[in-house]
This record gives sequence, C-alpha cells and structure tokens, in this order.
Amino acid sequence: MAPLLQVENLTIGFPRAEPVRDLSFEMGAGETLAIVGESGSGKSLTALALMQLLPRAAQVTSGRIAFNGRDLLTLDAREMRQLRGRDIAMIFQEPMTSLNPVMSIGRQIGEVLKVHEKLSGRAARERAIELLRLVRIPAAEKRVDDYPHQLSGGMRQRVMIAMAVACRPKLLIADEPTTALDVTIQAQVLDLLDTLRRELQMAVVLITHDLGVVAQWADRVVVMYAGRKVEQALPGDLFNDPLHPYTRGLLSASPRLKNDFHYLSGRLTEIPGSIVSAAGETGCPFRPRCRQARASCSHQVPPLIVQTPDRLVACPFTSPLKAVPDAAHLSL
Amino acid sequence: MPLISASDLKTHYKTRDGLLRSVDGVDLVVERGETVGLVGESGCGKSTLGKTLLRLVDPTAGRIEFKGEDITDLDPGRLRNVRKSIQMIFQDPFASLNPRHTIGEILEAPLIVHKAGNRPERRHTVASIIAKVGLPAEAINRYPHEFSGGQRQRIGIARALLLNPDLIVCDEPVSALDLSIQAQILNLLVEMKKEFGLSYLFISHDLSVVRYFCDRVLVMYLGRIVESADNETLWSDPRHPYTRALMAAVPDPSRPRQAAPLGGDLPSPSDIPSGCRFHTRCPLATELCRVAEPEFRSIKPGHQVACHVADHIN
Repeated sequence: MAPLLQVENLTIGFPRAEPVRDLSFEMGAGETLAIVGESGSGKSLTALALMQLLPRAAQVTSGRIAFNGRDLLTLDAREMRQLRGRDIAMIFQEPMTSLNPVMSIGRQIGEVLKVHEKLSGRAARERAIELLRLVRIPAAEKRVDDYPHQLSGGMRQRVMIAMAVACRPKLLIADEPTTALDVTIQAQVLDLLDTLRRELQMAVVLITHDLGVVAQWADRVVVMYAGRKVEQALPGDLFNDPLHPYTRGLLSASPRLKNDFHYLSGRLTEIPGSIVSAAGETGCPFRPRCRQARASCSHQVPPLIVQTPDRLVACPFTSPLKAVPDAAHLSL
Repeated sequence: MPLISASDLKTHYKTRDGLLRSVDGVDLVVERGETVGLVGESGCGKSTLGKTLLRLVDPTAGRIEFKGEDITDLDPGRLRNVRKSIQMIFQDPFASLNPRHTIGEILEAPLIVHKAGNRPERRHTVASIIAKVGLPAEAINRYPHEFSGGQRQRIGIARALLLNPDLIVCDEPVSALDLSIQAQILNLLVEMKKEFGLSYLFISHDLSVVRYFCDRVLVMYLGRIVESADNETLWSDPRHPYTRALMAAVPDPSRPRQAAPLGGDLPSPSDIPSGCRFHTRCPLATELCRVAEPEFRSIKPGHQVACHVADHIN
C-alpha cells in the first residue's frame, strides 16, 4: 500500500537562506511520526509546507509532497483549500492566537463544517456540541457559546483539536501542541490526541522539542538539525542507542527525573555554541558544535546512511553509546 | 538566622471577579547557600510569591525578614539598599532588556543607581562580569537583539550578579530555552553560585530541572505550599497526592506511558475550594478533605506536608 504521506527531497527557501534542505520522510495511515529539533531546525516550516501555508517570503524550491498519491505542490489554491481542514488539519502551540477572540467557539467549530460539509447553521451547532463532547469538554451544550478568553489554556487546545478533527482528517499536524501547557494538562491533551488518532484512524505529525513526549507518544522519530534530517529511528532505539552526535548531545544535556544526577555530583553535558553557527556551513551543519568533528566533516554534507529502513543517520562516525564518557550518567 | 523567611505571607488582588488569592498563607525559609526549588502549575502563585519576597509586589498580610530585618513595610529608600542583595532573573530576558541600550549601558545602570564606584571602576566591573558569564568582551557595544536566547539569559544573569547579591530569585530562567542551551545556563548558574556564595529561589514548572538543580523543594498549589522536603526525600518519598501527580505527569523515556494522573484544570484563585484546596482533583479525597483545611505539618525532620491522608499512602 502506498504511504499516506510521502515527502521527498523537500527544500524550502527564503531569499537569503534555506531553512529546510533535502528533507524526506513518509508515514502510513494512523501512524504518529514525531519531528524533533530545537528552534531553527526547520520543523515548523516543514509543517507549514505540508499545509501549503508557508509565509509569503518562503517557497518550496524543490521536492515533492505526496498526500494519498497527489502532489500537493501541483494543486492550485482552490484544490488545496478543499483539502485543508478536511483531509489535512493542523493545531498550533498557542491556541489563543489561532482562535478568533470575538466569535464563540461553537461558531468557530461550525464554520469548518459549513464550508466543507455544507451543513446548515443549526446542524453545524449540533455537531459542534458533539465535537466538544468528543474532546471531553464538560457541559458542552453550555460551553458552545463561550468565547476563547473564558476558557483555560488546556480547554482552548481542546477546542482547537475539536475544530481540527471536525471533518475526520486523515492527517493531523500538531505543532508543539502542549508546549504552552502544564505537564498535568499536557498529559490530558496527549491522551486525548492519541485516543482520537485511534478512533478516527488519523495519522499524526507531532512536532516537538520534548524528548519525553517523543518517547511516550511516537511510533517513529525524525531528528532535525539546521534544516536537515540527521537521524531517524524507532523511539526505543533512539533513546537506547542514539547514533548522531547531536542526538547523543541532546540526550545527555537533559536532566532527567528517574536518575539521581544532581548539581553537586557533576555538570550537565553541554552542547557548546548555538544552532546559529550552522549558517553558511558548507559541510555537516552540526560540525561547529560537534565534539567528534574532523577535517573531512567540512567537505560535504554527510549523506544519510540507511542502516535499516527504520534507522537512518547522517554521520559516518557513529559509535555506540558506551564510547561516550559524558553520557555515563544516563539511566536510559 | 535564615537568609530570608516569610511567615503567613498573603498577596491578594481585588479584581472584578472578586478577591484573587494569589499567595494565600505561605511560610518559607531560604538558608544561606541553599537552592530552594518552587514548583507548581501556572496560576498557582509561584511567580507572585517570588515577586512579593522582593517587594516588587506588596504583600496583603504576613511578614518577610531578610537577614533578620523585617522588610515587609520598608520605605522605598531603605528598600533600595535591600534590593542590592536580592536580585531576580526572568524567563524572557529580552523583555527585561531595553532594546535601545547597549549591553554596556544596561549593565552600568544598576551600578550608577547604587553609586558603586566611579566611571572607570564601573567599566571594569561590567567587563569582568561579562567575562564571568561567558560573553565575548565586544558584547559591551552591542544591542540586545543581536544576541541569541541563551546569550540574553547570560546578560540577565550578569545584571543580577553586578551588585554582589546574596539571593537571586530565578523565575523560570531556562523554560524558554532549547535543551542544548538549557544545560549551558544551568551549569553557569551552578558556577556562579559557587563563586559568589549565592542562594537561589528557583521557580520552575519543570520537575526534572528542579531535581537536578535544587537542594530543597517546595510544592505550591493554589496559593499555598503543600509539601516541602529536601531534594532526595521528595523524589524518593513524595507524600502529597498533588506532588505524586505532578511527578507522574512528566513524560519519562525510561518508563511506559500511563494515563493522565490528574483530571481537570487548576481552580481559579478567586474561587478556592473549601477544605483542602486540592480535594476537587484529588483521587484520595475523603469527606474530611471537603470540609477541613489540612494543617502544614512535619511528618519527619525536614519533611512537611499539608494533607489529611498523607500518612496512609502506601
């Protein structure tokens, strides 16, 4: 069976920069794919490209985005509008800025249904109430007339989710959906997303910087750095045996709950510098921050080495975790 | 004598929706050289508590003592003197840096206000603090927008250190930073603590950071401290059901996923539940919890908890 989504050699360009370069991945129906990376890694622009909602200055300069076999890049605005919100939907980090402050949440959810399913006002309102129930908002028939400011952050994100799943999309893109929420509320929202994914047979692209979220919610993981995919793995493999020096650096830089590593017993392992140093780099984008960099790393961008179909790494100098002294405190 | 202490501290705001009880009866102590973590969900009052200790917000009731001196009602002139010794670092350093001033000007300003040395001496102080926090010397002539998030936080730390404080209140200092930068800033804070003999009150919603960084931890819920223990005890033997729920909610790569440990949202601080304020979300709540507010009591030396059922938890 053809994959639901196939991204091939995607490059996104601004007039003076290429924030996403030569990115490829694919995902099947009902699967959760996590894209992780820090700010500047290109993960959010990738999400916007999937929705064909790139900012004006940016454009896809090469590559292909096939959704259900159709290349989204060849669709005109009208065709894309029919797809967007119906087959592909998106939720964002800060629901308050994506919701209309002067429109009740019921009308905002109903709008999607009026456009895509040609529902009447009354029918749309009924469905909006059902959707609010689906996303576990208590007293949905009362809440439907509330305005965004009357809801908590967690409730607003539930409203966004209700709107996104209103037309039973096949693909949901969730860009840092819980970053602005407390851990207690994050757990509720991720629970909900996963339940809906199963109930609606929906594939989810989960964009996040939180490695814990990745470990617990993703089927597969793509690690991005400075616009490129540097590693791809199943979550278990990624955490037990990270291959790319950047992934290894991230894992050892993060303080973790389940070990008793404390400031009195040692320093956290830093990744020196910042992602900005990748600008203008001709070779490996991580080279300026990499502890294992050698002269050859500046010659060309390291190609992705396919170890297994689920395990790709863009570094020729990978070694097992045990060879990295700094990672000794990790109890993964 | 503790470095700073608060007793029955309250900060209430009058709003259209009624009385907002942000901080609602807090006792706390920070000893010299100690790093105390303050954790809780957004809206629990942890930032307001931090600002009240600095007297950036005036308390409604209670008492704050700094090095044995009552600073609760100190007049602005004498408060300025105390503020040399208590500094604050914010989550978003960019918002707290004047975009039209160079880093040199920003860092010199507190020295002018507090009449610390003449011009060459001030310049010397600024240059040496910039080197200490790991910024390049030429940073002095640059503007805040020219720096990355991690570097801006270094500027914020430099400013806090300038006047040689005893205590720094850190309000979510690494929450806005990427993981790779977070480690750099935490390491810097540890170094500065050693070098300057600092104490920190470290406000954070990130339990894994608090676990690494703190000596003792206070857990706050709706304006009150509900549990207090040294770092090791809190993580090996958390007693309050809220503390346990917070810990369980952190997604942890080393254990399988579990159902969300806590339902519902934090109730509004303008409508605090009767009895134990956590009872509306507590899986263990009894009839007693609905009517009687539990006392904040010691269950063993250095470990206090405000819960009726804490003793019966496995």
